[in-house]
Order: sequence, then C-alpha cells, then structure tokens
Amino acid sequence: MAHDHDHAHPDDHSELGEMDLRVRALETVLTQKGYIDPAALDVLIDTYQTKIGPRNGARVVARAWVDPAFRDWLLQDATAAIASLGYSGRQGEHMVAVANTDSQHHMVVCTLCSCYPWPVLGLPPTWYKSAPYRSRAVKDPRGVLAEFDVRLPASTAIRVWDSTAEVRYLVIPQRPDGTEGWSEEALAELVTRDSMIGTGLARMPEAAP
Amino acid sequence: MSYLSHADLGGRDLPGAIVPEPEGETFHAPWEARALALTLAMGGTGSWNIDASRGARETLPDYAQLSYYQIWLAALEKMMAERLQLQPDELAAGRMLHAPRPVKRVLRAADVPAALARGTATERPATAPARFAPGERVRTRSSAVEHHTRLPGYVQGKVGTIEHLHGMHVFADAHAQGLGEQPQWLYTVVFDGVALWGESAEPGLSVSVDAWESYLEPAA
Repeated sequence: MAHDHDHAHPDDHSELGEMDLRVRALETVLTQKGYIDPAALDVLIDTYQTKIGPRNGARVVARAWVDPAFRDWLLQDATAAIASLGYSGRQGEHMVAVANTDSQHHMVVCTLCSCYPWPVLGLPPTWYKSAPYRSRAVKDPRGVLAEFDVRLPASTAIRVWDSTAEVRYLVIPQRPDGTEGWSEEALAELVTRDSMIGTGLARMPEAAP
Repeated sequence: MSYLSHADLGGRDLPGAIVPEPEGETFHAPWEARALALTLAMGGTGSWNIDASRGARETLPDYAQLSYYQIWLAALEKMMAERLQLQPDELAAGRMLHAPRPVKRVLRAADVPAALARGTATERPATAPARFAPGERVRTRSSAVEHHTRLPGYVQGKVGTIEHLHGMHVFADAHAQGLGEQPQWLYTVVFDGVALWGESAEPGLSVSVDAWESYLEPAA
C-alpha cells in the first residue's frame, strides 16, 4: 500500500510514523473493548482495494455505449440499472447517471465533504477530497478541467453537480469515435475514472492500454 | 455563531494545485486504510449516523490543516470520546483502561460484504405532497443555521429552478443533531452561473445542488 509517488500529499509523509502508531493504538483499544472485529477491517480494506473500484463504473458505461435500452434505463433509474450489473449499496444507494454530449458536459463535486459513488467508482482520489477541487469546481470548472489537460469547445456548456445529499452521480462520457464494433470489454478499457467524474474524457482508441 | 463548519468550501478561491492521481492509488500510507476501516467498522456499531459523522468532521477546529484521513480519525476519536467509548488516557496507553460501553452491534468480517451491498438508503415513503414541481423557481434560505446543514454557503439566498424530485429523504440537518429522521422532499435545484457568480461567470455554466424542501421558498 505504501509506495513512492512523485507528488505531495500534505501532512501524510512527515507524520507517517506518528499516524501509524496512533491508529495502531486506537485499533488495539477498540478491539480490546469488543467494539470491532479486526478481521472485518481486513475485509473492508481488501474490498476497496481489489473489488470495488472504477472498473465497475467502466463496465456500466461500456454497457450503456453498446446497449441503447440499457442506456435509457440507466438515465431513467440508475440505481436499478447499475444494480442489474451487480453494483449496489454503501454510498451508491440513490444513483443518478448523466450523459455528456457535444453541447453539455457534466462534472461532479462534493463541496461540503467527499460524497462519491463508491459502488461504481470505489474510494475517491485525493484531489476529489481536496480544498482546491472542492472550492473551484463550482466556480471555475474550465480552469479545473485545464489542470486535467481537458479543454472543451466554448460551445459546450458545463453543468456541475454538487453532491449535497445522498444522491450520487455517475457521468457517462461520450463514446470515442472509431470504436464501432468494439466489444464491451474493450470499450470499458477506454473509460477512465476521471471521465466518470467529468474531469476527463474517455480515452481515444489509439490510447487504449 | 456557535456552529461553524470548516468544510463548506464551494466557490472560495483556495490556493493549491489540483493534482491528478492514477487509478488504484487508493491509500497513501497503511494507516489511511486502517483509519477508513476503523471508521466504517465503528459506524457499523450504530453509535451514530453518517450525518452526525459529517458534523463531527466539519467542526474540527484544525480541519483545514489536516489531511483527509486525519480528519476522519480525529472525528472518530471525538465521537467516541463524547460517548465515553474511548478515553484519552487509553489512546496514550495503547490499551483498554476503562470498561467498554455497550454497543448495539459489532460488524463481523463475515457480514461485511452484505452490509456494504445493502448500504443505508435514505429515501422514505412519501407522507406529504411535494411543495414544488419541476420548472418552479425557488429561492434558497439566506440565513446561516446553528447546526449541521447541507445547503452550501455559495447557494444561500440564490434563485434557482427545481429540476427533479427525488422523493422524501432523511433530513440531514435533523439527523445530525440526533433529532430523528424527519424526512422531507429532496429536490435537485439548478442555478445559472450568473445567479451565483455574477456577470463574470463562465458562459453556459450551471450548477446544481440537492436541497431539502425546508431550504427552499417560492421565488417571485
């Protein structure tokens, strides 16, 4: 889990040792008091590291790209459509999907905390929870998009969804040109996490991994 | 004002770059993963609800100085201390020094997948007609409140349009204060960028929030 990376996360490094000790002490006390099952912590962590992440959402988007009936269902009742693929529950109890077009781009934020659709995207990235993103997304979305190297035509209007209640939003990015006849599985590889938040676009076919 | 949220950041010009991050970089230190799991597991004891958790986090005096999981951890310790589930000398000692307080339930490893898949829905059966319909113009509450709320400051006192009705949902403001669920109609309200930021707003910008009915009044 701990690994080198080349950008700064405030406070994390300088206090690593101290934080590790503090959390270990807390876990020990809570276990001794019988409030928690330490094995449950391992299952929770494994779930969000290996089972619930943005590949779930990518499968939802790829299905919507190839199946117009599913896309309609997703836009009408995202909670049910997403559940039909096996994704449901915590922090995705009430889902809404919004589709990008040439004239309308959607972007999701939680200015008040870090609300995020866990069943389809997993845990939010650090920037999504950060003050710069939360403060600027609703006022200067084009400036924010530029930091992700995304530049939209002036003719594309931007809609920002501030997740202030328990409704969670999934952006359906536009399907890239040149992908006619692609399998759902191959299409899902083009769907990035950021494209489902609205801070990115789907990969172009030549950039497929 | 006695209630002050440090988490209401929308529209403020805060410095700092937005640093993109690769997928799969879920935690940046082992303790972050444990802090997340401890928070979810203690949430599973039913000692508080998610709205109370948000209230505990946003009122941390040093919120702006803490990293995200430090905020979660500090709020967890605060909520447990308030309930005498954990006392400061125990954290310092790294072991139990006081008898446990009973909790409603314990989240067992075997129950985790089902608990996560179930989640905690907040929609409740409609017990009253909705006051507003799609297309209606509404003005948001303009005054601050002395408790946790989910109406961001940047939309306070602004005029927007009802776009969607989400049914009746547990009212976060009441729920956070331990006053029960008090469900209300929940609406997506959309605002023109100009209504929020004036003429300098990005052309074509619109911003929506999800707002409970009591946040809203009809706009002339």
